[in-house]
Amino acid sequence: MAFRPVSISTKPGISAAVTVAALILTALLAVLGRAEFTSGLGPADWSAIRFTILQAVISAVVSTLLAVPVARALARRRFRGRGLLVTLLGAPFILPVIVAVLGLLAVFGRAGWLNAGLAQVGLEPVSIYGLHGVVLAHVFFNLPLATRLLLQAWQTVPAERFRLAAQMSLTPYAVFRSIEVPLLRQILPGTAALVFVICLTSFAVALTLGGGPRATTVELAIYQAFRFDFDLSRAALLSLVQLGIAGGTAAAALWIIPTISIGGGFDRSLHRWDGQVGVQQVLDVLFIGLTTAFLLLPLVAVVTRGVAGFAKTPLAVWHAAGVSIIVALFSIAVLLAIALPMAGWIATRPRGGSEAVGLLGLAASPLTIGTGWFILINPVVDPFALALPVTALVNAFMALPFVLRIIVPPMRDTVQVYGRLTQTLGMGGWSLWRWVILPRLRPQIGFAAGLTGALSMGDLGVIALFASPDTATLPLQMYRLMGAYRMDAAAGAALILLALSLGIFWVFDKGGRWHAQA
Amino acid sequence: MLRLEEAEIAQDTFTLRADLSIEQTRKYAVIGPSGAGKSTLLSALCGFIPLSTGRLLWQDTDITTFAPGDRPMTMLFQDNNLFPHLSIQQNVGLGLRPDLRLSIDEKDRVLNALSRVGLSAFAQRKPGALSGGQQSRAALARVLVQARPFVLLDEPFAALGPALRNEMLDLVAELITETKATLIMVTHAPDDVRRIADEVIFVANGVAAKPQPAKALMDNPPQELRDYLG
Amino acid sequence: MKYLTLAAATLLATSASAEPPQLVVYTYDSFVADWGPGPVIEAAFEAECDCDLKFVGMGDGAALLARLKLEGARSDADVVLGLDTSLVAAAKDTGLFAPAKVTADYDLPVTWADDTFVPYDWGYFAFVHDKKLTAPKNFRELADSDLKIVIQDPRSSTPGLGLLMWVKDAYGDEAPAIWEGLADNIVTVTKGWSEAYGLFLEGEADMVLSYTTSPAYHLIAEKDETKAAAIFDEGHYMQIEVAGKLAATDQPELADKFMQFMVSDAAQSVLPTTNWMYPAVAPAAGLPEGFDQLVEPEKALLVPNDAVPALRDEALAEWLSALSQ
Repeated sequence: MAFRPVSISTKPGISAAVTVAALILTALLAVLGRAEFTSGLGPADWSAIRFTILQAVISAVVSTLLAVPVARALARRRFRGRGLLVTLLGAPFILPVIVAVLGLLAVFGRAGWLNAGLAQVGLEPVSIYGLHGVVLAHVFFNLPLATRLLLQAWQTVPAERFRLAAQMSLTPYAVFRSIEVPLLRQILPGTAALVFVICLTSFAVALTLGGGPRATTVELAIYQAFRFDFDLSRAALLSLVQLGIAGGTAAAALWIIPTISIGGGFDRSLHRWDGQVGVQQVLDVLFIGLTTAFLLLPLVAVVTRGVAGFAKTPLAVWHAAGVSIIVALFSIAVLLAIALPMAGWIATRPRGGSEAVGLLGLAASPLTIGTGWFILINPVVDPFALALPVTALVNAFMALPFVLRIIVPPMRDTVQVYGRLTQTLGMGGWSLWRWVILPRLRPQIGFAAGLTGALSMGDLGVIALFASPDTATLPLQMYRLMGAYRMDAAAGAALILLALSLGIFWVFDKGGRWHAQA
Repeated sequence: MLRLEEAEIAQDTFTLRADLSIEQTRKYAVIGPSGAGKSTLLSALCGFIPLSTGRLLWQDTDITTFAPGDRPMTMLFQDNNLFPHLSIQQNVGLGLRPDLRLSIDEKDRVLNALSRVGLSAFAQRKPGALSGGQQSRAALARVLVQARPFVLLDEPFAALGPALRNEMLDLVAELITETKATLIMVTHAPDDVRRIADEVIFVANGVAAKPQPAKALMDNPPQELRDYLG
Repeated sequence: MKYLTLAAATLLATSASAEPPQLVVYTYDSFVADWGPGPVIEAAFEAECDCDLKFVGMGDGAALLARLKLEGARSDADVVLGLDTSLVAAAKDTGLFAPAKVTADYDLPVTWADDTFVPYDWGYFAFVHDKKLTAPKNFRELADSDLKIVIQDPRSSTPGLGLLMWVKDAYGDEAPAIWEGLADNIVTVTKGWSEAYGLFLEGEADMVLSYTTSPAYHLIAEKDETKAAAIFDEGHYMQIEVAGKLAATDQPELADKFMQFMVSDAAQSVLPTTNWMYPAVAPAAGLPEGFDQLVEPEKALLVPNDAVPALRDEALAEWLSALSQ
């Protein structure tokens, strides 16, 4: 008999984790199985590995550190449109890479608004291309995610703590030290690890904004191995390296996170008394303002171009939009079926290292996974018949680490705070999920589902390997339009994509918080 | 009868030893200095902390390894006795059926319990909308429907004012008597002991002593207890 | 749901033998798009073949070849459409292809001697720019100028590989020096053609690597006369797109028939304004209006198919070292 804090059955969670790991490792083995071992890693591969780690580390550190003041400001300010702003700030994260890059270039590019402005006042133009451009783009993509994760952590601080702080008239610095630092210690390593892993598999962004082959990442080297050299052994080796770096970092980061129970408190809405005036207020307004400008201006560019091209969007785009919505909903269902039991398992463990399993799907090269499964599936079934399930599964895998980051901390708190009560009541199995966990975590589950849907919506991923003309998704159709010179129509499709991604996110996120007191 | 046999409860560097029996339908107060292990004793009885040695017997059944929900006892904690997202009625209902699939008869029992603690009008409210005293009453209603032979209180009323606390203790005493249950409550206040306890378990220096009649003990406390009472 | 009906259709197709024979053609993604040549060609061929033509689109030419290597002889494909001259040697090395029985009077700047692969369209790589720009006359002038260009990565893109071969073929051992000279002109290198062309249209660069036929799209589809292709006096590297029949096909005759159809007037007249390339056989009605306004290079460059693989690896190494400094 194990004395566990709560009677969540761990078997489904462990099975889900094992399934995830097995599906990914099987794909790798399948690629390895077809490989002829001719080549190891060359000097070019090692320099790609170095560059990949360098850019990912910088991107992760910058994104996470910038997120602290932004999340802090958003946590203690109440203003009209705050909810809408928080939703919109999530948009860059779910944009297809090429759309986001074109949006960024409209602002920061050679012919962008920033340089036009600089020219007006007689200043030298700045170039976005280079390592700093790669970091800029990665911050653009990941700052919203980091902010959102931090903000969520902030909101789990019981109102009583801030009341106490207000009562004691603590200075902003004292509030930071006594309430926020412990919180950040818990949430920052995991957040940074997550951003690091996302940036690890970056390819098109790093190449385009890195300005050339100097900015070769491991993912590009994998791509080259598959496509240019058809060197499966090198592709598999590089994939292993990528997994190793991601897995090692993630496990380390998750392992050192202290498990602090954030504590209960009846769900009262959060009022803050600290930092409402003076320097703190100015700083907060500044951070919210700058972040908003940085994140929304490229989106404005995307929307402007999209509106102009909207009329030229062919009918096929709408059909693709339908396919994408189905894929997104499917992905959400698959994700929840994997993530919830996994989170339940992880939350009852003393340390969070097992969460690293969730990062496998993100750290594994989509091309390797896709190819591996293709090798396995092709002899048995027509791959096209499996296009939708495979895509949904892969999308769910990609979203899994984010979702675990979102769900595990509140799940852990729920277990800490209500574990003994549920045990006294003899609650276990479905009753525990139905009456305690799901309602307690509804806002986070809604957020996670919305995020998965949106990510799935914007992902090109493996669909390219499995798609037949009839199951083309919206991003694929958008690329096809671009490939046929039809950039205006593609911009229109990008706008539809943006709207649908945000829409699906909004519906689920809102649904999660509707009538919830948290 | 509940019997804790040669038990040792170890938590980190702290150890508590106990060898005692608890008679049914009596009311026990657990007193002792802060950090002496009063809550630890209750947690061990309830099954939240394992016994490192010894046995826990109930009516000659060894329940040492039983899950908390399978033991003949229920417990009120210092806080978090109610789920804030569920209505009072649902919270109480969980005491009967963890899956909340209540029969009509069971629903009646929930409503009766709520009416017994004076919360009929608040059945559909959520705990956040209730005062501290009302929340305590709701938790008691749940204990009432659970109808376990042993009710353990780990200072659930510590946050209430003196008048309200006395009112709650009287209510507890009434309910315990009505349901012929056994009460084991942690307390700091000698007045509480005099108010409702039949027996006292004094916990100090890593040992939970055998229960002693409350009145005699309080009237003529041994040195250790005298030090504690001051 | 779509994929269910699709799966059902596949099952039905295999169980019911009364159905007309099916010809599976693997091709690159943009070919099968609603606005690409695919739908028109499918309708036209099915009208005369009493068969079911099924296009399967995937990535680009390099992705096609990688896919075929993965599937090997088990492939469902009967015909592959969309490999280009840079890939022909590698494709032949797989041993998966069978000689085609096709005759045509090719209108290509070079003599086509290969009996396995059938060319269906072609183009010249070129830097596209705004007409207002005074374009450089060759790579050296470009390298000496302050002009900014966007190119594609040869490791992930067919045009990128074309440019690599272009410089190597035109300059041989001097190619590294040319690349070093171009390094400060290159704004960035993109994953594929679409990204590069998008960046160019956004104003990120003065010129973009594309095709001499690119201005025809703007001219015909958008009535936009502002785009032009720069003619370089070293000559222009060619890209010839070819179709090949798989040796393992269960429909060899139908496959030959389809490849013959691809060089017939019905298909050739469609390609210029859907694929935006030159047809491999001159259409009876001539080229569409607008194509006459395109500039034509004086000299066509093309590395013989067999020499591509060795040269490619050498040129890539030079390119990487010149641009990584």
